[in-house]
Amino acid sequence: MEKIQVNGIVKTYGSKQKKLTALDHVSFTVKEGELFGLIGPDGAGKTSLFRILTTLLLADSGTATVNGMDVVKEYKAIRKQVGYMPGRFSLYPDLTVKENLAFFATIFQTDVNENYSLIKDIYEQIAPFENRRADKLSGGMKQKLALSCALIHKPTVLFLDEPTTGVDAVSRKEFWEMLKGLKQQGITILVSTPYMDEAALCDRVALIQDGHIMQVNTPADVINGFGKKILAVKSSDMLSLLQLVKQMPGVLDAYPFGEYHHLVLADEQVKLDFPGEVTVKETAPDIEDCFMLLMKNHAA
Amino acid sequence: MRTLKFLLQKEFRQIFRDPAILRLIFIMPVIQLIVLPLAADYEMKNINLAVTDHDHSAYSRELVNKIKASGYFKLVTYNEAYKQSLTAIENDQADLILEIPVHFEKDLVKEDAAKVFVSINAINGTKAGLGGAYLQTILRDYNQAVREKWIQFPRIKLLPTIDITYANWFNPHMNYKYFMVPGILVLLLTMIGANLTAINIVREKEIGTIEQINVTPIRKHHFILGKLIPFWILGLVILTLGFGVARIVYGIIPAGSFVTIYVFAAVYLLAVLGLGLLVSTYAATQQQAMLVSFFIMMIFILMGGLYTSIDSMPEWAKWITRFNPVSYFIDVMRMVVLKGSGLTDISRQLGIIALFAVVLNTWAILSYRKRS
Repeated sequence: MEKIQVNGIVKTYGSKQKKLTALDHVSFTVKEGELFGLIGPDGAGKTSLFRILTTLLLADSGTATVNGMDVVKEYKAIRKQVGYMPGRFSLYPDLTVKENLAFFATIFQTDVNENYSLIKDIYEQIAPFENRRADKLSGGMKQKLALSCALIHKPTVLFLDEPTTGVDAVSRKEFWEMLKGLKQQGITILVSTPYMDEAALCDRVALIQDGHIMQVNTPADVINGFGKKILAVKSSDMLSLLQLVKQMPGVLDAYPFGEYHHLVLADEQVKLDFPGEVTVKETAPDIEDCFMLLMKNHAA
Repeated sequence: MRTLKFLLQKEFRQIFRDPAILRLIFIMPVIQLIVLPLAADYEMKNINLAVTDHDHSAYSRELVNKIKASGYFKLVTYNEAYKQSLTAIENDQADLILEIPVHFEKDLVKEDAAKVFVSINAINGTKAGLGGAYLQTILRDYNQAVREKWIQFPRIKLLPTIDITYANWFNPHMNYKYFMVPGILVLLLTMIGANLTAINIVREKEIGTIEQINVTPIRKHHFILGKLIPFWILGLVILTLGFGVARIVYGIIPAGSFVTIYVFAAVYLLAVLGLGLLVSTYAATQQQAMLVSFFIMMIFILMGGLYTSIDSMPEWAKWITRFNPVSYFIDVMRMVVLKGSGLTDISRQLGIIALFAVVLNTWAILSYRKRS
């Protein structure tokens, strides 16, 4: 069964003269129990989409359903069944951890104990700081608290808007572990992130750019569909190397990638000659390479 | 019901956890109530007077002495050239000039009439008006005294005089504090009530918690009641505190019953809080909310009848004051505190304020949107 269905959603901001299209005919579906990733850079339209699906924003056109309910007509019912964690920490900074949790439990007409088993693993990590004010928590702890609050009413669908932005690498890893745990409890999760490396952790991903969905696929199939050879090159003068390789015939695209530059080759036969001391190795593409290629094709 | 209870609990926790707000709510009004009525004194004293006396006679001296003895005037210069007095006005040292012409005494005795010239510095309108009026009264008094002295046979009073005696009802000593203190209390209540609610909700917008609240199935009226009730209670606490100060510092005990005042205040606070709510639904930042409520407050205060009498305003301004809740409460406060009016006497004002409360709150609830 489809838990989330998005059909041709369009959202524009601004006046008639200066129109900004945040979402341009976006369509995809998320199946029950799936961990679905919305991958795209800042400004791609991820938050607008989340706000439409969580009934906070009205789309200009198109329809969307969550749990089979229309986001416009049945918004009241949806609000009872979904959990939403906005990208910005938005709990009460002057209430303690415990008070925040109890408060959100109450306005969802439940109490902390009723669904405690669901958040037990997460909440236990911040339980020692139960009486600390929320604004005195570290970034990772804030995020765990926000997740606990979004889960306290046992939602069937969970919306996480850039949950790992501004969180350190260790906490990010922990967070994705937690998401896996939640998935096993049967919760459908829609998560957005600007980090390409997190895409591999999702069941399926939608790559979004400038309000367009470029591809919806499993991470493995996204990479398999790449179908081009990639060379990683490195030298002592990276800047001039990048300028040089961009002009070489047979190189479709070149961009910095960690400590290397990635070169996308037009076909297998291309042979390149590098002057001086340049380390060259063949490498397997990952999601980021796919994204870069899709973006380039999309722009063209 | 349980949701509302929790909302209230949360709201009170937040209020009591913010020491700055607490200080603002409890200490500032007390200080203002102690300081403001002392400063906002309507009696004009220390009016600076410049006298140019060209006559130098016994009569002119007597006149000047009489003016000095009244206690309202301070003689800054006593000279023979009008120019000197004018310089004093130009340098803002004098507010009034009294010029006594040559032959003042001679004319008065021989011709039975004499003229003096009064010139007023009208930069400060109130001071000029009142100073001029005081001086006129003294001159009239002087005139009468002179004439009585000339009557040869005091037993037959030739001079017909109308003697005016006053009875100041409800405030026999014309103690301005009796109407200033309750009036200032009304202003404080209005300012704190409207500003706190406006800022409180906008703050939730700014820190993003409203987003989190909006995705919950919370009912709109629960959320708004959760915001109204704490500030309603705080408002009544401030009112009580204010009456405490009025009693201890100024010895003001309302002639009427406290029940009347509190019944009215309870309804009045609903109207004021509704206004704050309305501002908050339209403002996106605390800055916007502050500015908007600042402008509204300005009109409310200046057109509320505390500093200037509504009766002497032009017709169009009177119409504006009819939409000013502050004017009704100031009216009621004075009626109850000074006159001892009861609930039936203030029923008209109570009805109007209740209407304000219903309209403002309905408007606020209708314009508060959980989604955009």
